[in-house]
Amino acid sequence: MRAREKLPAIVDLVVIPLANVVLAFLAAGLVVLAIGGNPIRAVEVMISGAFGDSEAVGYTLFYTTDYIFTGLAVAVAFHAGLFNIGGEGQAYIGGLGAGLVALALDHTGMGWLVIPVAVAAAALFGAAWAAVPAYLQAYRGSHIVITTIMFNFLASILMVYLMVNVLIGPGNMSPESRDFLSAAQLPLFSDWLDGMGISVHGSPFNVAGILAVLCGIVVWLLIWRTPWGYELRLLGFNPSAARYAGVNEKRMIIVAMCLSGALAGFVGVNEVLGVHHRLLLDYALGYGFGGIAVALMGRNHPVGIAFAALLFGALQQGGAELSFEMPQVTREMVVAIQGLVILFSGALAQMTRPWFEWPFRRRLGGEA
Amino acid sequence: MEDAIFQIVALLAGTLRIATPLILCAMGGVFSENAGVVDIGLEGKMLAAAFASATVASATGSPWLGLTAGILVACAMSLVHGAACITYRGNQIVSGVAINILASGLTMVFAVAWFHMGGQTPGLDNAARFLPISLPGSESLAGVPLIGPVYANLISGQTLPVYLTIALVFLTAWTLSKTRFGLRLRAVGEEPKAVDAAGISVAGLRYRAVLICGGFTGIAGTYLAIAQNANFSREMSAGQGYIALAALIFGKWKAWGAFWACILFGFLDAVAIRLQGVHIGAFAVPTQAIQAMPYLLTVLLLAGFIGKATAPKNDGVPYEKGE
Repeated sequence: MRAREKLPAIVDLVVIPLANVVLAFLAAGLVVLAIGGNPIRAVEVMISGAFGDSEAVGYTLFYTTDYIFTGLAVAVAFHAGLFNIGGEGQAYIGGLGAGLVALALDHTGMGWLVIPVAVAAAALFGAAWAAVPAYLQAYRGSHIVITTIMFNFLASILMVYLMVNVLIGPGNMSPESRDFLSAAQLPLFSDWLDGMGISVHGSPFNVAGILAVLCGIVVWLLIWRTPWGYELRLLGFNPSAARYAGVNEKRMIIVAMCLSGALAGFVGVNEVLGVHHRLLLDYALGYGFGGIAVALMGRNHPVGIAFAALLFGALQQGGAELSFEMPQVTREMVVAIQGLVILFSGALAQMTRPWFEWPFRRRLGGEA
Repeated sequence: MEDAIFQIVALLAGTLRIATPLILCAMGGVFSENAGVVDIGLEGKMLAAAFASATVASATGSPWLGLTAGILVACAMSLVHGAACITYRGNQIVSGVAINILASGLTMVFAVAWFHMGGQTPGLDNAARFLPISLPGSESLAGVPLIGPVYANLISGQTLPVYLTIALVFLTAWTLSKTRFGLRLRAVGEEPKAVDAAGISVAGLRYRAVLICGGFTGIAGTYLAIAQNANFSREMSAGQGYIALAALIFGKWKAWGAFWACILFGFLDAVAIRLQGVHIGAFAVPTQAIQAMPYLLTVLLLAGFIGKATAPKNDGVPYEKGE
């Protein structure tokens, strides 16, 4: 293998990742051109669609919240050298946990206690759904990628069964539970602002957004500021060194995956307790996979993830606007962009490196 | 008795039709993974091929051009996967995920932009599709007990891609176990260093394996869009690429093993369809339990609770020349 040039940190950490994202968006621009749209106009529409007024911003931040949760989930597992592509299922089951608590407790007069219990249940259910693949990887040698894929499908089958046969609300034709009472509904920021006399358009952005920020801070502290986090990163970086240093690999795999699953489970909080206020099918669709793009783009760091999540949240909201303004562009364009980001920032990440190596190689005296 | 035989034959014929795209994808996976390239992008390639074949078949009226387009598009995506995994030594799982998401997004983007039908392609005339083929003698044998219905409704009356698929299973098994190319392919998945030392290009072999995989998934997608159905519709691969992946593992990365796993999973699905809404007494059969079987069985197998599945030794490991 050709010796890797040592590049200045700024090139490695900022320039190359940025170049990869730019490539992904250039490719997306070509797709828009190919279907007869004007990419520049599309970007304008998306920006105004995502940030044009208070309602748009609210929606953007609402989607951003979901992406922060799943992005963090993927990142935590990734630091331990695990690839959790089960975020999809963990988010889905997390919402089930939150919803079950809401249905059980919203009429008991527990008041404000219902929501913390429901949030804890989302984390617990998400963690449990990740714990089984983690256990099988740690103790039975199964491959976590395959097992988490299987668990995505199992989650979706389980939810269909539960919604159709068990949880369907009385008198409902579609598989949805009864609506939660107000005790189990998360406060919306737009209501708060209205209460303070600031008039904004309603949007589903709710206090789960605060939870997302807190999660980002906690993940940062845990991974970069505790001995446990050091062991986690050591395991991901060099498993044999970690074993030699006495890291309990099996336990670490399970704890890391549980943490990852709990974070993904919070998508259920944002969706089920935040907007839908009932259990239904497919509310978490796409966020688990989107989280992979967010984590790759954000270089698995909470700050990067926050920015990447904001970008994807804006794309999702702007994409909806785009499909109104430019009828030939559907909102699935956002999915395509996610795919391109995963491709260029993830799979092809090494492709652009040589382009940035040559100026430094020459200065260092040129070793090919 | 007559009726029971007819029911069983119908169930088996359904099994074969459901299993066909699974078998094709799984055989593609057998090539790719035995050469050391993990492919979780079977789903995406099949979906993209379904869209391409339906589009071209509706534009030209020719199922053969549709098939060609399906194969070409799937192969192009395979090349992207190959570039990421072989040339740039990227993460093979990430690349597969990218291909799946990309296919899911792009098929919809193009379908809506070109056809304005909410993500569908126009319905195809029979001339633009692969239709069931009646083998000679199926009429005259129909009266013979047992053999008649089996021949007429199971062996005869399938579409061309179904027959092609069975042939390809034989071809895959034979190639991997008997030909020089197949043995080298497996060597490259087990011990790429040895292959390299023998003066054979690791990358070249892996690219060929990945392209074959593309071709197979291309046929699978074409089958979905222009044989089983008469157009492309949103997410029409519906996770079958992942079931094929499960079957590939369940069959321990071997052609015949994967084939029988696909038949088993296809059978379970056919049974689930038949049992939809069926009650035994007051007890509604939970078809979801049957649908969950392929995933559960794969999880249990991987965990070593029912036998042991071992991947090719260097499956998923990028090869770095001369360390």
